[in-house]
Amino acid sequence: MKLEACAFLAEACAARAGLEVDPAKSYLIENRLSPVARREGFASVSEMMDRLAADERLTLLCVEAMASTETRFFRDGEVLETLWKSATPKIARSRPDGVVRIWSVGCGSGQEIYSLAMLQAEAPAPTGRVELYASDLSERLMERARSGLYTSFEVQRGLTARRLVRHFENRDDRFQIARPLRQQVRWRRANLAEDLTGLGQFDIIVCRYVLDGFTKAARTRAVAQLARMTAPGGLLLLGGAEALDEAGFAPASELAGAFARAA
Amino acid sequence: MKTCLVVEESRVVRKVARRLLEDLGFAVAEAADGAEGLAWCAAMMPDVVLLEADLSLASGLDFLRRLRLEPGGFRPKVIFCSAETDLERIREALDAGAAEYIIKPFDSDIVAEKLALAGAA
Repeated sequence: MKLEACAFLAEACAARAGLEVDPAKSYLIENRLSPVARREGFASVSEMMDRLAADERLTLLCVEAMASTETRFFRDGEVLETLWKSATPKIARSRPDGVVRIWSVGCGSGQEIYSLAMLQAEAPAPTGRVELYASDLSERLMERARSGLYTSFEVQRGLTARRLVRHFENRDDRFQIARPLRQQVRWRRANLAEDLTGLGQFDIIVCRYVLDGFTKAARTRAVAQLARMTAPGGLLLLGGAEALDEAGFAPASELAGAFARAA
Repeated sequence: MKTCLVVEESRVVRKVARRLLEDLGFAVAEAADGAEGLAWCAAMMPDVVLLEADLSLASGLDFLRRLRLEPGGFRPKVIFCSAETDLERIREALDAGAAEYIIKPFDSDIVAEKLALAGAA
């Protein structure tokens, strides 16, 4: 692969999606982009890379593919359980209409939002109503998430066999999240590097392991935006190492990496 | 050190399982079939049984029922390990008392996670 092409890709990743990509890490680029090259009918990643500057659609596909997608069911399960059992009911009680809007940002293949949907099915909120929203930079990945289809490897990462038999159905050689759970989630493509304030505010925003892959400048802007989109009295969950300097936020006592916005 | 009994017909798969489990800090015993496995349990009850139930889950369920009749036979966490992916069959194994269920083929991460989820790690 030409370094020049890698530099173009890195620049596009930073400009379009705030993603930090090291143009010298050709193995990573090769690894993430080879499925795209295959789908798009190129003989190799480097052949595709030579076309990027002239093809806007292809560039966007490559940018999306460079975002990290590593995820699993009940990743940081304790955080999700605490969020569900203690934080969510508390927020529900503070809302006049009892509605709690939860947004999984950078949902990838959907394991995080479905984990929350499972918790909801197992222990429905005593009061109020929870709305689950999920978004990702990649339309393609989000469509996969929306289908709720997972391989036997995926359903064995982080998921107990009990939850597997309770919340999934056999679908040929894969497993599919049961329809009632799938229907609870509303999906939308969203690029954190763009202005998303039109989506309104959310009571709980979960954005873990997403910003680590951002450039410093993009991360600062994204965090500020997510803070604005967190409703007063709501919670913003960032990854464990993420700091939050916005006024009106304080670390949430019982949730690692979470920040509570003053009511 | 926690002990794990691997009940598995194939010698090759037993060796693979042994290596994975030893890496996770288990002392490992091997049995080629259910009868040999039960004899092991009668002599020394393990903490965990990794029970291959590939050919028929029924043989696995039978092993589980006999194991529970042994003195101390309720102690081991029994983890089924099978290529059977039918969720109804998996539910039966769990209802019969399996602590976890591993779908074949598996890798070391899955074995480690399933042991942890079963509270056996």
